[in-house]
Amino acid sequence: MSAAKVHSVLTVNGESRDVLAPVSTTLLDVLRDSLSLTGTKRGCNHGVCGACTVLLDGRIARSCLTLAADVGERTVTTIEGIAGDRDFSPVQRALIDAGAIQCGFCTPGFVIALTDLFARDSHPDRETIRMALSGNLCRCSGYVKIVEAAERLAGVADD
Amino acid sequence: MTDSTQAQAIGTSPPRLEAGDKATGRAHFADDVQLPGMLHTAILTSPHAHARIVGYRLAAARAIPGVKAIVTGADLAGPRSGGIVKDESMLARGKVRYVGEPVAAVAATDPAIASEAAAAIEVDYEPLGAVLSIDDALAPDAPILHEELASYVKAVEGGSHHNVVWEAALAEGDVDRAFAQCDVVVEDTWETQAQHHAYMEPNGCVADVDASGRITLHVTCQSVHHVQQRVAEELVEPMAKVRAIATRVGGAFGGKHASNIHSIAAWLARAARRPVKLVLSRMQDFEMQRSRHPARIWMKTGARRDGTILARDVRIIIDGGAYADESPPVLTFALLMSRGPYRIANVRARGQAVYTNKLRAGSFRGFGNPQATFAGESQIDEIALKLGTDPVELRLANAMGPNDTAFGGHPVPSCVLRDCLVRVRDAQRDAVPLPARAGRRRGIGFAALSHISGLMGTAAMVQLRTDGSVALSTGCVDIGQGSDTVMVQICADALSLPIGRVSYARQDSDSSPYNWKTAGSRSTYMTGRAVAIATVDMRDKMLAHAAELMECTAKDLELRPGGAVGVKGVPGMTVTFKEIALRSLFKSGGPLAATHGFVFDGPGFDPKRASIRQLAFANLGVYTFGAHCVEVDVDDATGAVEVRRAWCAHDVGRAINPASCEGQIQGGFVQGMGYALTEAMQWNEQGWLITATLADYKIPGVLDSPPEIHPIVLEDPDPTHPVGAKGIGEPSLVGAAPAIANAIRNATGARVRTLPMTPERVLAALDALR
Repeated sequence: MSAAKVHSVLTVNGESRDVLAPVSTTLLDVLRDSLSLTGTKRGCNHGVCGACTVLLDGRIARSCLTLAADVGERTVTTIEGIAGDRDFSPVQRALIDAGAIQCGFCTPGFVIALTDLFARDSHPDRETIRMALSGNLCRCSGYVKIVEAAERLAGVADD
Repeated sequence: MTDSTQAQAIGTSPPRLEAGDKATGRAHFADDVQLPGMLHTAILTSPHAHARIVGYRLAAARAIPGVKAIVTGADLAGPRSGGIVKDESMLARGKVRYVGEPVAAVAATDPAIASEAAAAIEVDYEPLGAVLSIDDALAPDAPILHEELASYVKAVEGGSHHNVVWEAALAEGDVDRAFAQCDVVVEDTWETQAQHHAYMEPNGCVADVDASGRITLHVTCQSVHHVQQRVAEELVEPMAKVRAIATRVGGAFGGKHASNIHSIAAWLARAARRPVKLVLSRMQDFEMQRSRHPARIWMKTGARRDGTILARDVRIIIDGGAYADESPPVLTFALLMSRGPYRIANVRARGQAVYTNKLRAGSFRGFGNPQATFAGESQIDEIALKLGTDPVELRLANAMGPNDTAFGGHPVPSCVLRDCLVRVRDAQRDAVPLPARAGRRRGIGFAALSHISGLMGTAAMVQLRTDGSVALSTGCVDIGQGSDTVMVQICADALSLPIGRVSYARQDSDSSPYNWKTAGSRSTYMTGRAVAIATVDMRDKMLAHAAELMECTAKDLELRPGGAVGVKGVPGMTVTFKEIALRSLFKSGGPLAATHGFVFDGPGFDPKRASIRQLAFANLGVYTFGAHCVEVDVDDATGAVEVRRAWCAHDVGRAINPASCEGQIQGGFVQGMGYALTEAMQWNEQGWLITATLADYKIPGVLDSPPEIHPIVLEDPDPTHPVGAKGIGEPSLVGAAPAIANAIRNATGARVRTLPMTPERVLAALDALR
């Protein structure tokens, strides 16, 4: 089972990280196991649940379906890097305040998906929000409070 | 934004204590635990639905570099474990009884090496005939799953024989005579499917071991005390040698109720003397955890022309899968709930739980009630149609009220079922109608329900710290529903403290007061009750100190917000909690702390009123009530059903944290909607689970879920709880499927009696009308 390892340099949350891993290693494996960035979750490991969502050059990607060796020059932003120097990003704050977080296992993926949405559209309507979240599964909330959090943020977001 | 230094009384919705950690990726779930030198586990599973294990060949696996420990069922020495019927063990012993059953496990330095080694284990099987359905199980010549069933340890006897795990019955009145007096009788059979919990975090743990051989598990679970007990039992260790610490739990819904895999990691850690991680893949979680029981329900209900429901006769058979797990209590609870929340004087309910060669069925949000209520509430609508009565009016006319009696004789002092029904009916009626859509027929459906909140034992402990802040500890694991925050709110409220001055301990079997489980919609009612009483006990001790400090009597004192005690009617004269703490710690009296523990103490079944046979429990909790109303659109051409809006009214006694109550209602409704429309675990004719991924097993996404799910939280304080609260975890799921079925009937005239109500089944029901 041992495979040749390839060396790559990833830019993760603004830092340059050296990674030596078999060519079949996913970005999710690298983030969680090699870089100890465990905020990105493994819910299904085959691209359905969205818990492993990260940003590649600012756009959402499934880290469980992305080979680490394929990331190349693209910058990786994980849940740990979303808030930057702040305690919470506006998306995180909105989800916390709306009571939209229950078990929290899906939450990092939802934060990333909404961050991607609000980077493109600061005043999305309900249907746009629902469409943007359609790749993320939540088993606890019934989605209502997550959508409400985003709607509230859309109402107050600066252009 | 809420400031955590502000006082948070009961009835407010501060952000959850751990929400920030969860939003930023700091919350640690089982798979996030990494220990130095940690090994990884792979499990070899059964390829057969039913087979005898003839032998194991391990040499090839052992020879792989990096393999540190291997365990098979042949190594197990302890007694079998389980719920009421002790019939299973962490690895198959002697026989395999479902495809995917763990057979052997390997710990190795790397996950890939562990997988390679597990695949290198050779197991010789002698295949046996498989039992894959209720009919298979009850056939006269059926292969027997558990030949040693009679010799298994059982906490309660349930009349088990052949492939029957349990048989039970509950009856009141004279059913046959009552049916003779009915003007309208309806009789039908319903079939429900296996639903998977599909919590987002797969089950798992990391087991560590110290030099003395003591094992510590970092585990996602519904009770650290249960995990400790189960692992100790399976490893034949005293409980003193096993410690369980809860990680954050990424959803459970009953699926992490019993600990059936954690012992494997503990065993391997003990054998390898190194930490071992075992986290299931999503597919393994589907294959080896548990499901909601598939059920076949025959039901007959009769009413007089004036709308009085006189009689109901019920027979329920549930498919328990390969091991008993929670089948006896699930069957018992399904029978108990089969009367529905109505005054029906003559009811006879009989049931069986059977073994089949499939994944065990067990505890799942609702616990037998979703199956029984799907049948019962569908039938209420059919009676209303036959009588030409409005379905809500029929329910109101027969609804239980305050000081009524539940099926079996439990007194029900508080009941707001009628309010629930009226509130959802009026809310739907008053809502702005959604525009009609071409090719779709709109229907409105209702369901009423009851549930319980309670069960078993729990405890809480509070302590006053040097600075006047408070340490609260309970064994209640927050599985995502928000119990951490609720417990702190109850404690802080009783002391007029801001919630930021109360810390809440992570559950650890070494230090947490005992708690049975986070299950049975019981945390706010049971553990919350213990927290309230323990806190008031400590408050009384604090007041006694304050009285001595202020040279007055304790009854002249009152709490002042923010951690002080003052004299009633005398503004400004106070001593702080800190002064009380310092006095108690350093001068006299001793550290201030209080504990309170109890076992659910309500009345049991009434043998004078009801005939009872082999029920798996006696007293189980206080009753809660609810009603759902849904609007659906049914596509004429495809049979697809879309839920457009829902109104869900539930009695919570008192809402400690209203936002969390709403979240439980909305989330439970959508999980119930998945049960109603899309979710089904399916096995092929060889017994292979063919829906073992989230792509093949369809849980609702946001686009499948209605944007409007209106929670209506009703508060009728429960007299047995110090602050009046009852549970809301399970009931919100129960009403969804029957309300949707009734809305489909309302839209189309077609009655679907099989779950899930797929487009194919809806079309077939429409065809049957022609």
